[in-house]
Amino acid sequence: MLDELNQQLLAQLSDGLPICSRPYDEISKRLSISETEVIERITALQQSGIIKRFGVIVKHAALGYRANAMCVWRIPENQIDDIARYLLTFPFVTLCYQRPMQPEWQYNLYCMIHGKDKETVTAQIGQIRSHSQMQNVEHQVLFSSRCFKQRGAIYR
Amino acid sequence: MSLTLLQKKLLNDFQRNFPLSPTPYADIATTLNVTEAQVLQAFQELSKQAAISRIGAIIPPNQIGVSTLAAMSVPKDESERVALQVNHFREVNHNYERENAMNLWFVVIANDVTHLDSVINDIEATTGYKVLRFPLEKEFFIDLSFNLDLANA
Repeated sequence: MLDELNQQLLAQLSDGLPICSRPYDEISKRLSISETEVIERITALQQSGIIKRFGVIVKHAALGYRANAMCVWRIPENQIDDIARYLLTFPFVTLCYQRPMQPEWQYNLYCMIHGKDKETVTAQIGQIRSHSQMQNVEHQVLFSSRCFKQRGAIYR
Repeated sequence: MSLTLLQKKLLNDFQRNFPLSPTPYADIATTLNVTEAQVLQAFQELSKQAAISRIGAIIPPNQIGVSTLAAMSVPKDESERVALQVNHFREVNHNYERENAMNLWFVVIANDVTHLDSVINDIEATTGYKVLRFPLEKEFFIDLSFNLDLANA
């Protein structure tokens, strides 16, 4: 579990690294620790895998990747690993998760697909579905219509 | 949006392993053979144009605290009002409207299960709609970075 200071540090980072000459120094002042300690703590969080990636977080929508679809599939439990592996062979599939079904929503495999526009994404999904094992799979394609919030997690 | 060559490099080459030195932007400048001032200005513009959401850390779900994907089915003419109510919760960190009868999708992050339950109960009480939970069971891949083809961006 994270100590209090690491939680505060991650909360600071969730607002973004300041864009100034000495950003870690800036954060260190807010937390009343030294610049060196900020850098050491981020390094350690990265080494331990708590931070998976530290860097520029691009907003796809602003860069011409206007369409993003969440695809949900209903897959027999014993085929999930294989199908997930298949989905991830496509470069446009960026995330793939297994989640529980609910009575109102009986899908258990989720993937995210990004593309320049809706037509491209639809064609990409067609490509995925061309595989014989995917043809009769219950699925839904959920294009995003509006983004109300996209920000870093807040840890307190 | 038109991007300068410097901006494209900043977007593509620094999605991971951002320099952890006291002067990271100066380090980037040295790598790219430009000045620190140019790098700072380019990042400030990218941020202002909302091409980047931030320079920060990606933390896999459930690495710290607990989280769940959540969804609500809300009549279309109510969706904006409800989405804004959901946005109001500090524990909500992604909130999208999607083209489906199940139209509002968001992520809730909390310190522990009790906190998560209470946030979701509050969201249901505030909005008047049921919240379905889809916590992560298995992650097959998680990395939001991908190589951008910036030729036409």
